[in-house]
Amino acid sequence: MSAGINWFKYAAPQTFYPLAGLLAAGFGVLAALFCAVGLYIGFFVAPTDHQQGEAYRIIFIHVPAAWMSMFIYLVMAFWAGIGLAFGTRLSGMMASALAPTGALFTFVALWTGSLWGKPTWGTWWVWDARLTSELILLFLYFGFLALQAAIDDPRRADRAGAVLALVGVVNIPIIYFSVQWWNTLHQGASVSFTSAPTMAATMFAGMVIMAFGFWFYSIAAALMRVRCIILERERGSDWAAQLIRSGA
Amino acid sequence: MNWASLSDFFAMGGYALYVWGSYGVTAGLIVVELVLLVRRRAGILTRLGRRSHTSP
Repeated sequence: MSAGINWFKYAAPQTFYPLAGLLAAGFGVLAALFCAVGLYIGFFVAPTDHQQGEAYRIIFIHVPAAWMSMFIYLVMAFWAGIGLAFGTRLSGMMASALAPTGALFTFVALWTGSLWGKPTWGTWWVWDARLTSELILLFLYFGFLALQAAIDDPRRADRAGAVLALVGVVNIPIIYFSVQWWNTLHQGASVSFTSAPTMAATMFAGMVIMAFGFWFYSIAAALMRVRCIILERERGSDWAAQLIRSGA
Repeated sequence: MNWASLSDFFAMGGYALYVWGSYGVTAGLIVVELVLLVRRRAGILTRLGRRSHTSP
């Protein structure tokens, strides 16, 4: 172990703060690049769908946003659980930093789904298992944020939020498998881990590249937010006070 | 190339409301999140920076 990098060093807010700044900038640039390429493919390379016409182009944000809404929740619950088990301060801060971005992508998945449902299904909304469980995910994010905002002591807020986040994890497989377990208006997965995608290669490429763009954006936004949280919570310490004075 | 003209592109084959409604709101929310993050950071630096200057 002595030869390698001591990764545990970065569990301290003081050492993680500057690293988070570098990573946020790097992932921000990557996010912009991937989204630019993804949007170009989505609008100019991928062909018109022979059934849905141009309406299907919503897929390039709908599916990546829906993936991110679930993935961010899992990452948030992971950090919340680590913080609960080991009492590491930075873990709770990471969970808090991820929640607003997760809520954003959950809302985007619901909003774009609604705008896609109207021209293809003839309705903005239906209470089927996929849509309802995704709406519950949005409420879980809101509940997590509201609960943490209601508790003044940050360490207690972390613990309470962690319990809520961990209980809510049960909703993620429900969302993912809802289209198999129940008879839903929402279609089944076009992309899965076990079989080839049932869509044109350029459509698939645009979707996956946009998913990487959203992923990198989420990392950048969460790291920008965790830097704010670190400054707010550690402002009493010498190193943070010095950073704030120097404006870094 | 999918589009014969710029207006063809914006018309989205008759689905302009749905497609641009999706992309517009998504882009808007991302911009709002970034603005809020930058303002939160600036607020911390000015608010807490001022306090530490005045305190003994």
